[in-house]
This record gives sequence, structure tokens and C-alpha cells, in this order.
Amino acid sequence: MTMNQNAAPTLRVSNLRVTYYTDAGRVTAVNEVSFALAPGERLGLVGESGCGKSTLALALMRMIKPPGRIESGSAIVRTDKGEVDLFALDEEDMRRARLSVISYIPQGAMNALNPVLRVGQQMIDALQAHVPEMSYQAMRERAEQALESVELKRSVFNLYPHELSGGMKQRVCIAIGILLSPRVIIADEPTSALDVVVQRQVMETICKVQAQIGASLILIGHDMGLMAQVMHRVAVMYAGRLVEVSPVRALFTRPLHPYTQALIQSLPRLDNRGVFRGLPGLAPSLLRLPSGCAFHPRCAQAMAVCAQVVPKPITTADGRFVACHLHDSVDSDLTPAPVLQEQSHANAPAA
Amino acid sequence: MPTPPLLELRQVSKVYARGLLAREQVVALNKVSLTIDDQRPSIIAVAGESGSGKTTLGSLVLGFIQPTTGAVLYRGQDVARLNGAAYLRFRREVQAVFQDPFAVFNPFYRVDHLLETPIAKFKLARSKREARRMMEDALNAVGLRPEEILGRFPHQLSGGQRQRITIARALLLKPRLLVADEPVSMVDASLRATILESLRRMRDEHGISILYITHDLTTAYHVSDDILVLYAGNVVEAGDAEQVIRQPKHPYTQLLIDSIPWPEVDRRWGSVELVQRDGAAASGGCRFFARCPAAMPRCAQSAPALYRVSEAQAAACYLHEGQPVALDEVLRASDRAVMA
Repeated sequence: MTMNQNAAPTLRVSNLRVTYYTDAGRVTAVNEVSFALAPGERLGLVGESGCGKSTLALALMRMIKPPGRIESGSAIVRTDKGEVDLFALDEEDMRRARLSVISYIPQGAMNALNPVLRVGQQMIDALQAHVPEMSYQAMRERAEQALESVELKRSVFNLYPHELSGGMKQRVCIAIGILLSPRVIIADEPTSALDVVVQRQVMETICKVQAQIGASLILIGHDMGLMAQVMHRVAVMYAGRLVEVSPVRALFTRPLHPYTQALIQSLPRLDNRGVFRGLPGLAPSLLRLPSGCAFHPRCAQAMAVCAQVVPKPITTADGRFVACHLHDSVDSDLTPAPVLQEQSHANAPAA
Repeated sequence: MPTPPLLELRQVSKVYARGLLAREQVVALNKVSLTIDDQRPSIIAVAGESGSGKTTLGSLVLGFIQPTTGAVLYRGQDVARLNGAAYLRFRREVQAVFQDPFAVFNPFYRVDHLLETPIAKFKLARSKREARRMMEDALNAVGLRPEEILGRFPHQLSGGQRQRITIARALLLKPRLLVADEPVSMVDASLRATILESLRRMRDEHGISILYITHDLTTAYHVSDDILVLYAGNVVEAGDAEQVIRQPKHPYTQLLIDSIPWPEVDRRWGSVELVQRDGAAASGGCRFFARCPAAMPRCAQSAPALYRVSEAQAAACYLHEGQPVALDEVLRASDRAVMA
């Protein structure tokens, strides 16, 4: 693992808030989300459909389209040339930042490639948009190297997407994502359409190239198995808010938030065959969020306060983050989080 | 005369031919035999990657396509030759739940429509009130509250709710056999357990046998009694779910199980070496030859038979050549209980 816990974070997201203006009212899809990502770190982002995890990813890419809007917050990436706040860039600078500072590997790569252009041309297009001064030969060399680094043959450069299998197409998308060695890679369920063996290979490839270029990775998904296998930390999202962020081992063995606990218990493991414990109830509609903690109607441990007050996020002594009244200063280990750096690593110095 | 099995596949093959004079042939399913007993309801998982032929198998059982060779028998009768009352009975007793809980609903109708149609079609109810009661019972049986479901439009319900309505629809018809083709793959992980629970209750409380088609061995392990693993149209391993998952005998099953991302930090994936050999897929040889870490020269020459590696497990691999050749009885699902 090349993760460096002690270095200043690569990405610091603070108080991010994204809303959609719909006919039925204003919907806050991402609500006061803050977290930090260490250099080389792999952070999993899990939650039920509609919890806002893809919106969070799109917001970081500044690809939220109306009626959606980034209301507030900052997303500061540390690059070689200093720090940039993605939300403060103008359109042209943001265009340049995509792919070179932060890149996005979409869900269903099958549909992300242009079917009438050769793979190589699509990679050249991406390079041309960012480094127009580069010669064709140099661009081609860079593209073929990227293909090689995701374990594809150089000859894939000359193929059309329909000539590739699903796993190969996903690898091409990864190759495009790392062309310009971004600091942060966001992958949105990159393996959900693949068979298990291919899934394993593609995940191994993503981790390998991510480590090679020293980028941090945010993997969005709902496959807790993948999270357990490849992530360093996992962030759990519920109804637009982060409810827990913990190192992967702690999350799976000692989940703090009742939602995480229920989620972990509902998983089919090898040694609990035939034991089913689904999550009770349904994910709430973002239009009609329950008062207080949005999870309280489904929570087995809900107390009176949960229906009234949104729990304040806290960081535990061992660097875990949780937003739940059960952990409200009950435990002396828990201290209120600093305003900006709620989930940055315990040792990370304030930048 | 003994009662015929509920479902019997006898050496079923399906070949898709294309091109002029059918020069290009794709064997989607190759001589698959399988028996589901009438006496003891069970859940049989058919597992495999995309292109393994698992959905072809489901379509054959449902009578949507006809086998190229071999026969699919439902209670002793060839499904391809059913007509009249027997066909109607087959259609009622063999139900299906498909992968996509979004595509099966017509967005212009309330979800009630999906439940009312089979009741009307098979004249299950004599009055509106009785029909309503049947719908409510079926929804209750899959853990839904009728008052939250009836009268709604599909877009007002979650994927998990919709998938459970399609199971309730199947349940209405009191089927004997359910073909469930990837019923949870498009449903949130948190809701999967609930749907799998519904399937198990269909078996335990309603005596329905289920053919559970999936690419996901974790859910197959959790829900099924037996597992049939397909690779490129061939059965490579079959038997008791516990044995197949915990002690897989075919190199392909071993690779699949090794690649499962278990949600456990101490159970790591990926210790099996990945192989890609050239000169593969030679006709006549084992279809897994090209990717097999244990391949021997003879594997390229001829395909192995299904060898019986234990009382309730069989694998089609020369590594187990010393064992007796398994006849169809290993794939006879409910005999397992007797054998074990």
C-alpha cells in the first residue's frame, strides 16, 4: 500500500451541499458533506440508490446539471502547482482540471465510449484537449503506454469499442482516466456489469495504476464485498449525509452507526449461510426526509432526541467519523470534530 | 407407476446457427441434464458468467425456445409439445421472475394491473372482492403491506418493492416451479436479503421449487440447496451448495469462488493464478482448457465426463478421472437428502 497517512491530504471536501430544484420542491441530495483523502488512499463510498453518492461524485467533477446546483462548500485538491479549489475555478480552468487533476471513470463503460471512433482516437482527443502542443507521435505513445498499464495490448489503440469485451472496454475507460496522471480518480461502480473473475482483474488493475501514478481513489458502489477487499477506508452515506467514515477493518468488525451495523449484518458471508437479516423499512425520499436523524424511523436504537435533532458529526480518538446521537459525548473518547477537517486523518496536519 | 419428476432436462442442447448454410454455430448449451423431484421442493441455483448459457437454460425451461436436441419434460410431458389444457396448466404452474424490476411494469398502469391480469386470465377469482383478497395475501406473503402498494404507479415504488411485487404475482398462480433469472442483481444490497428471504419462503411455505439463475455465487450459496455451475454451455460442476462452495472440485469453480469479494476483511480474494493459454477452445477439448491453471495435454483433445467426486457432488474434469462417471442422478436435486 502506498497510502501516506501523515502527508497533507490530496483532497479536502468541506461542507458540500448540492440541491436539485424540482417541481415538487427543493431536494438536498448532498448535505453538509466533509471528508479528506490522503495521498494514495482508496476510499469507498457506499449507500443505497438515491442516497446521493453519484451526485457527490458529479459535484466533485462539477458536472451537476440544472436543476441541480452546488450550493456551498469547497473541494481543495493539492497538486504539484499548489492547491486548487475545484468549486472556485472558472469553466475553462475546470475543463483543464478534469482528467489532469481529477478524473471520473463512469458506471457502465460500455456506454461511455463513442462507438464510431477507434479507441486510440478517443484517447488522442482527450490528450489534444489538454496538451495541444504535444506531437501526434508523443500522444500516441502516451496513449499506448496507458493501454499497456491497464493490461491491454498496444494494438487495442486501433480497435473500435464493439471489438472489445465488457472488461476490455472498462479497461479503456480506466486508461483514459489515468492519461494525464490525475491526483484524484473517482470510479462510479466500475465493475458492476462484469463477471466476478473479470471484476477482480479490473479492480486489481485500477488499484495498480492508481498506486503507480500516486493518485487517490474514490470508489462508489454498493458492493460491500469489493469495499472489504480493496479499500483503505469506507464512507457510508444515508439520505445525502455521511453517517460514518471508518478504516475498512474497523467498519466491518466494529461498525459505529446503527445504519452501518444493519448494513453489515445484511451481508451474505461464508459463515452465516441461510441467515437473512434485511434492513427494515425503506430508504426515505429526499423530498420528505424524516425530522432529526433521517435514519431514525428505521433505527432499532432510536431515542427521543433522534426525531428532533440532526446528530452532529464527531471524530473519535482513533480517527473514525460518525454522526449518531448514540455517540454524543457518551464516550469520553469522542471529541467534537473541528469545523473543517471533520474526517481528515488523525495525524494529518491542518493545511 | 412412480410420479414423473416435476422437471426433467434430458441431454438438452441448444445450438444457435448463423450465416449462410448455418456455417457459424454457437453451442449455447451442451447436453445438460437436470431433474427436479416432484416430492420435495428445492432451490437449484444455475450459476455462470455471462455467455455461460444460464439464461438459455431458463428460457428452455419456460418453453420460450425449443432445444436443438434433447427434451425438456414437465411432469413427464415434453414442453415443446404441450397444447390445450396441458399448455395452460404448464403456463400457470411454471412462473418466472426476471432481472429488471423496472422493465416488467407498464408505467401507464397502476401496479394492481400486474396482479389483476393473471387473476383474470386464469379466472382465479369469482368476485372483485376475492381478487382483492388474493392480491393482498400474495403481497403479504412477500413482506409488503398491500395498503402501501395497491393503487400506486410503478415509479412511486422502489426497485426492491417492485421486484417483490413480481414475486407476489408469480405466487398468486400457486406455481409448482419458479424460474428466477437474476432476481436480485438490480436491487440494492440492503434489500437483497429480503427478496432472497421471499424466495426461501416460497419453497418452505408454499412448496414451490425454484430454478435460481445467477452469476452471483454468494447469493446462490445462501439461498439454494443445490448448485449447477455452467461454463460455455457445459455443466462443469454440480451438487450440494455447501460442498460446491466450500470444497469446489472443478478448477473453474475454484477460480470463481476464489474471485468472490466476500464482505469480510480476513477472507481475501484472488489467490488462484489467472491463466490465458493460446490454441484454446479447440473443438472436442475441455472448454475451460484455455483458462485452466491445471490443464493437461489431454484436456485439449477430448472433453471430460462428469465424475462423481462425492455422494452429492460431481465435476467435469480429468483431475477426478478415477471417480465413477456421474449419471444424471447426481443432478437429481432432492435425492441429495437421501444420499447425504
